[in-house]
Amino acid sequence: MRLSYPADVKIIQVPCTGRVDILHLLNAIKDGADGVYVAGCLEGECHYLEGNLKARKKVEYVKKTLTELGIEPERVEMYNLSSAQGARFAEIANEVVENIRGLGPTPVKNDTAA
Amino acid sequence: MIVADRKSLQEILAMVEDNKKILISGCKGCVTVCNVGGLKEVEILASSMEIARKKQGNDIEIDINVLERQCDTEYVAGISETVGDYEAVISLACGVGPQFLSEMYKDQTFYPGVNTTFFGGATEHGIWEERCAGCGTCIIHNFGGHCPVARCAKSLLHGPCGGSSNGKCEISKDTECIWDTIVRKKMEEDRLDDLLGIRGLKDWQTARDGGPRRSIREELVKGNI
Repeated sequence: MRLSYPADVKIIQVPCTGRVDILHLLNAIKDGADGVYVAGCLEGECHYLEGNLKARKKVEYVKKTLTELGIEPERVEMYNLSSAQGARFAEIANEVVENIRGLGPTPVKNDTAA
Repeated sequence: MIVADRKSLQEILAMVEDNKKILISGCKGCVTVCNVGGLKEVEILASSMEIARKKQGNDIEIDINVLERQCDTEYVAGISETVGDYEAVISLACGVGPQFLSEMYKDQTFYPGVNTTFFGGATEHGIWEERCAGCGTCIIHNFGGHCPVARCAKSLLHGPCGGSSNGKCEISKDTECIWDTIVRKKMEEDRLDDLLGIRGLKDWQTARDGGPRRSIREELVKGNI
């Protein structure tokens, strides 16, 4: 398909979004990421039954924590798409980058931010 | 187990707002089981606090550890060489933890990171309920295995009050009337007569009403064997 998506997105692969931990998301924000999103399988189609549902709950937890800290919760999001939806993947990447650009740089100041 | 809830981030951040280097200490006992003070929760709190302080442009150095149990002096003693390296320590153990730590390390400041709530268990994943009030004189066998001391809002021992309605307590529609449950169970077992006897006054001296309690097992006290 040769679809392009913004180079700002750094992809970290996991076997299942159920592997994504609250700490992965929090530490990304702590270390200077402007935003993080989790791209899981469509709900109801998790190969491991409910990995993507658990991931969504963790994303919700991190959103709540960021709100408590006065940081925009929109910096962390959960999306669901199938591995066959290449066009949707690129569309989501563009959408996330656009949304985060709208929010501006992270308020978490890191001298050594990546 | 002892059940606790973590304090809000704002409350914890305010405790150490003047500190630049702290330790967050968890406990592998009850608070690990109720997901409030184990390794995962210690790491999450540390990360959240670092985010908050970086946002303020006021970085904080946070080390973490998890003690086997903060309610045992032999494990509390395990941090004797490092505890002085910090300006303050946040304990994610139940209320016993920061007290044992404070008693052993008198020059250090220990803050409680959780609110200790009750003795209970998980009725489902993520939900804990009170089951014991630690009254010191257990009589649950008289009530079909249910404790009216802990589970009746008034700790009634002779039956439900007038606030019982459709199996719920008047304090909340989500609170079971334990007396309704006790009576129903006895009716099902055709043993309602068990509840008809006049019970003597309960001696509350064994509960908190008798002041702080102490338990001594002579056979275990050092020097006795």
